[in-house]
Amino acid sequence: MSLLASLPLYPLLSFLILISFGKRLSWVMASWVSVGAMGAAAFCSMFLVNQLSTSDTSVITAHMWQWFSIGSAKVNVSFYLDALSAVMILVVTGVGFLIHLFAAIYMKSDENFTRFMAYMNLFIVAMLVLVLADNLVLLYLGWEGVGLCSFLLIGFWYQEKSNVLAARKAFIVTRIGDTAMVIGLFLLFKSLASLNIAEINQLAQTTISFTSNSMNAAHSDAYWAALLLLGGAVGKSAQLPLQTWLPDAMAGPTPVSALIHAATMVTAGVYLIARMNGVFLMAPEVMNYVAWLGGITLLIAGVAALAQNDIKRVLAYSTMSQIGYMMLALGAGAWSAGVFHLMTHAFFKALLFLTAGAVILALHHQQDIFKMGGLLKRLPVEATLFLVGLACLIALPGTSGFFSKEAIIASLWSSPTAGPSLWWCAILGALLTSIYSCRLFFLAFLGKARFPENLVISDHIETNKLLRGALFILALLSLFGGLVTVDLSSLFSSYKPSVVSSIDSPSWLHIVAIATPFIGIIFSWFYYRRYRIVTDEPLTASHSAWIVFCRNGLGFDTLYSTLLIKPYCFVAKLNKNDLFDQILMLIAWYVRIWRDILSVSQSGSLRWFAAAFGLSLVGLICVVTL
Amino acid sequence: MMLTFIIFGLLLSGSIAWVTDNKVFAGIKFQAKWVSLLSVLALGSCFLLLVYFSNQNFQQLQLFERVSWISSLNIDYALALDTLSITLIVLTFILAVVCILVSWEEIQEKSGFYYFNLLATFSGVIGVFSAVDMFLFFFFWEVMLIPMTAIIAIWGHENRYFAAIKFFIFTQVSSLLMLVAIIAMAYIHQQQTGVMSFYYQDWLMLDIKIGVAQYLMLGFFIAFAVKLPSVPFHSWLPDAHTQAPTAGSVLLAGILLKTGAYGLIRFVIFLFPQASENFAPIAATLAVISILYGAKMAFAQSDFKRLVAYSSISHMGFVMLAIFSFNEIAYQGAIVTMVAHGLSSAALFSLAGMIYQRIHSRNLNDMGGFWQSAPRMGGFGLAFAAAAFGLPGLANFVGEFLSLVGAFQVFPIMVVFASLGLIGSAIYGMLLFQKTFQGVPLKQVQDLSVREFFICGSLLGLLVVLGFYPNIILGYAFGVFA
Amino acid sequence: MTEIPLTHVLILSSLLFIIGFVGVVVRKNTLFMLMSLEVMLNAVGVAFIGAGSVWQEADGQIMFMLVLTLAAAEIAVGLALLIRMQRRYRTLNIDVLNQMKG
Repeated sequence: MSLLASLPLYPLLSFLILISFGKRLSWVMASWVSVGAMGAAAFCSMFLVNQLSTSDTSVITAHMWQWFSIGSAKVNVSFYLDALSAVMILVVTGVGFLIHLFAAIYMKSDENFTRFMAYMNLFIVAMLVLVLADNLVLLYLGWEGVGLCSFLLIGFWYQEKSNVLAARKAFIVTRIGDTAMVIGLFLLFKSLASLNIAEINQLAQTTISFTSNSMNAAHSDAYWAALLLLGGAVGKSAQLPLQTWLPDAMAGPTPVSALIHAATMVTAGVYLIARMNGVFLMAPEVMNYVAWLGGITLLIAGVAALAQNDIKRVLAYSTMSQIGYMMLALGAGAWSAGVFHLMTHAFFKALLFLTAGAVILALHHQQDIFKMGGLLKRLPVEATLFLVGLACLIALPGTSGFFSKEAIIASLWSSPTAGPSLWWCAILGALLTSIYSCRLFFLAFLGKARFPENLVISDHIETNKLLRGALFILALLSLFGGLVTVDLSSLFSSYKPSVVSSIDSPSWLHIVAIATPFIGIIFSWFYYRRYRIVTDEPLTASHSAWIVFCRNGLGFDTLYSTLLIKPYCFVAKLNKNDLFDQILMLIAWYVRIWRDILSVSQSGSLRWFAAAFGLSLVGLICVVTL
Repeated sequence: MMLTFIIFGLLLSGSIAWVTDNKVFAGIKFQAKWVSLLSVLALGSCFLLLVYFSNQNFQQLQLFERVSWISSLNIDYALALDTLSITLIVLTFILAVVCILVSWEEIQEKSGFYYFNLLATFSGVIGVFSAVDMFLFFFFWEVMLIPMTAIIAIWGHENRYFAAIKFFIFTQVSSLLMLVAIIAMAYIHQQQTGVMSFYYQDWLMLDIKIGVAQYLMLGFFIAFAVKLPSVPFHSWLPDAHTQAPTAGSVLLAGILLKTGAYGLIRFVIFLFPQASENFAPIAATLAVISILYGAKMAFAQSDFKRLVAYSSISHMGFVMLAIFSFNEIAYQGAIVTMVAHGLSSAALFSLAGMIYQRIHSRNLNDMGGFWQSAPRMGGFGLAFAAAAFGLPGLANFVGEFLSLVGAFQVFPIMVVFASLGLIGSAIYGMLLFQKTFQGVPLKQVQDLSVREFFICGSLLGLLVVLGFYPNIILGYAFGVFA
Repeated sequence: MTEIPLTHVLILSSLLFIIGFVGVVVRKNTLFMLMSLEVMLNAVGVAFIGAGSVWQEADGQIMFMLVLTLAAAEIAVGLALLIRMQRRYRTLNIDVLNQMKG
């Protein structure tokens, strides 16, 4: 069995062990098994990537068995490792390992610790299948698998009603996107007769009927297929219009938010689009939609992040907004930049979430930033790590976020599918990013301590070197991860020469882009003055209508609730007794009426029967004789 | 001879179970459940041996028995098998074991008669799957109906008489239409060839005018659509499923619904290819309506079994859509969906039975938080709900995916609507799982016993194996349509 | 001996039959109903005898013998039922037995 095929086996084995022994495993055993399996997977994937870079084929494949065949097309359980999936497996296993390590300590006291680690391992299995799949059906398996694990982990503390609802929402909203994606698969199969990713990317460019549809000239199969795949990506990556589940998903334990809802699963949509670049290139309109969706999402999420009170929700909206950048990059055709940002984002967002988790744990599960403050002095290490993460998020020069975000912004202006207006979107988004980051840092770490004194029990955290270790490695990766050059350009086919536009980028673009974060910081320094200085005046969250509107994610939840959920529930309740059943039961009702009428004559009295018999006989004789 | 032995062996061992129940012979206390379990296992292995050693090419129908039965009407006793029927008969035997095991402790009253009815139904079902004389087919069709009605009416829940009668009338009235069509076909055969015939292979040769064929096809179609069931003839199903004892629900959902799908494939499609192709758009529309309507209705239910019953309607819609898209890929999907749904709905109904035994309620509002006290049950509940909403890696996904891919080649717009059913299934699947196993624990329930663990574990095992390696069925049942 | 015309016999027989029938219908007491049934049977017997004598055939009398036997058998079963009824319901009111009510 090849090394590649064995990669998902380590977490799978660990999952099976944890699930079959359950609570009989001690904490030490369970964490050794699960974290060890992740370590093995991380080591294995590093080895694989090394193997890939030295091999001359630039692709490693592993064929396991034929899953099923659709007509003549075979759907195999096979893995396919190229530079793109190599980046992904490094992120998934590497960051995944660190988060597992953190989680083993973070969740130590939970009574369902083994179940938690089992889910986390299962998630890694599904995620690896997703990124390694060589065909779209297997990818869909991983895709649904991560969705299920996300559902299970959001609802991990299932006794809380709100967690259960958040989990359900996450699953169903992403399922809407998944359904679009499945229809996309049907369409791709119909027009290209294959579901193998490499073949599709190849065929998409050579099959004429795919790009030009004689029936409907404006919208070819390529257009619809790309649009439907985008639907899947939008659902998973929490982009407009299916973004509403992500903030609620923060109900899960913090390591889950770091692993699933920041570093890996939510970027699956970005991966999908990058993977299917051959299809998207054939549909420039859809590339344009991707860019616009990304652009609008990053603005909306940025605005919403400005109004949040919950530290994890700020980070959730910030994740949404950063994925918006990745989408923007993909839409602009800057595939490498998008994937690069995916990688750096995984580092620094995992760092931010885990540090936030450490802070939350230290404050006994206090997540409201208005009840924090002054933590710089109380938790200096965490504060520094958080600051590092924020610096990357803001994209201060030198950090990893800077390289990736600059690469994205630089590609926008002259791209035929993006353009100057989206460039301005990205700049505005960067400004918003720096403002909400400053607000978050000021509120949580500067100013007056607004929590009861006895709440900080720091030894809980301080003593754990392992936990700190995981955070330090992530911090190092965030700071210097940008120096790794991710060159995927050989992987992605670029535009045909005819589409390349001739817009020249003005020279001031770079200066503006680099200056924007600083403008944001300076602005916040003055605007959020009362958040950062120590005063005695009480600090409370604003309750003005506009702020509340932004805090609730700009009303999308309300909109969907009125437009979709309530009508569906209403119709369901209205027709609870099944209209068709009622109609068919009308027949029964009709028969019953006649029964009631006729049964009056059946009095059961013998004399009545005799009289009726006799009289009818007389009547009959009369009729016959007369 | 062997096939006859299996069919009547089931009936006979049912009678033995009935007669010897709770009696002591030769120092051994006979119990109906043991007698029926052992005989089903023995006859099931007989069947596998029969198929394994017969050395025949089951891609085509292979005749096993043909004896003249009622010679004046040229009615034969004829049994034949092909891959489609073998697949479904194997499914029947698997679910027969499940049915007996779930009734193990549930049925205490009149258990002898109960197992007789159960085995009589199996024998009828196997007869339906193997009969190639249409009169015989109709005979078995009725044979499986009557004991099933008895099971609902005698061992059912609070509203059992109503449900049993509703089930009986729906099926009976619809099968009368089929009887008319059968007689008409025999008559047409007489007109064309001079002799009356009820033999399936003879009918395949007939050349029927499209106008007549349209009506005859409808006669068969309605009978099978009621059994399947398809909207608007589905409403017997929620009542029957809800009121039946656990094994009754398993039997209904797992096997009896499949007879409808089997009939659609074997008789509607193959006997009247042209007429059904003309009818396909209407049938496909009905299928899509079933998918969406079933999913929507499932969401509205608060009764565990009723919810699963409506989800069955939704799933069987996929089968009907696939059957009527006249496409090899979709046929494969239909067969996998049939088997997968047989297993997954059997599993969900078994689970409902297990919960009912613990809390004596089927109401979802009485449940909640069971995960805490019964984590193993919760795990299985999750897996079976996941199967119901088509999680890849479980058999249902392969079936639904193939059905929809195939149907998409023919009815793209309808498949887009049908795919919305995937969202609907996620909604009711989540509702079912979360209302039962998540939330604040209302009651403490016992976790699964060894017997229950075996039932759930083997069903889940089969679902996973078929989910990752569906070629077991596909490679086998494939040839029917080639 | 002057012959009695058949019409007279038939009128007598129909009168008896009607009396018997009315008796069956209006009497509640089962015993009286049985007696009325006997009257009806005998009315038929009269008709048979009359007809037999008109056509000078023995068939009418044979039929009457049959009717008599039938009546005896019927009354035996009827009385047995009557006793069971008395035992079970403590009444001979036929209206009590209305379990065939639809």
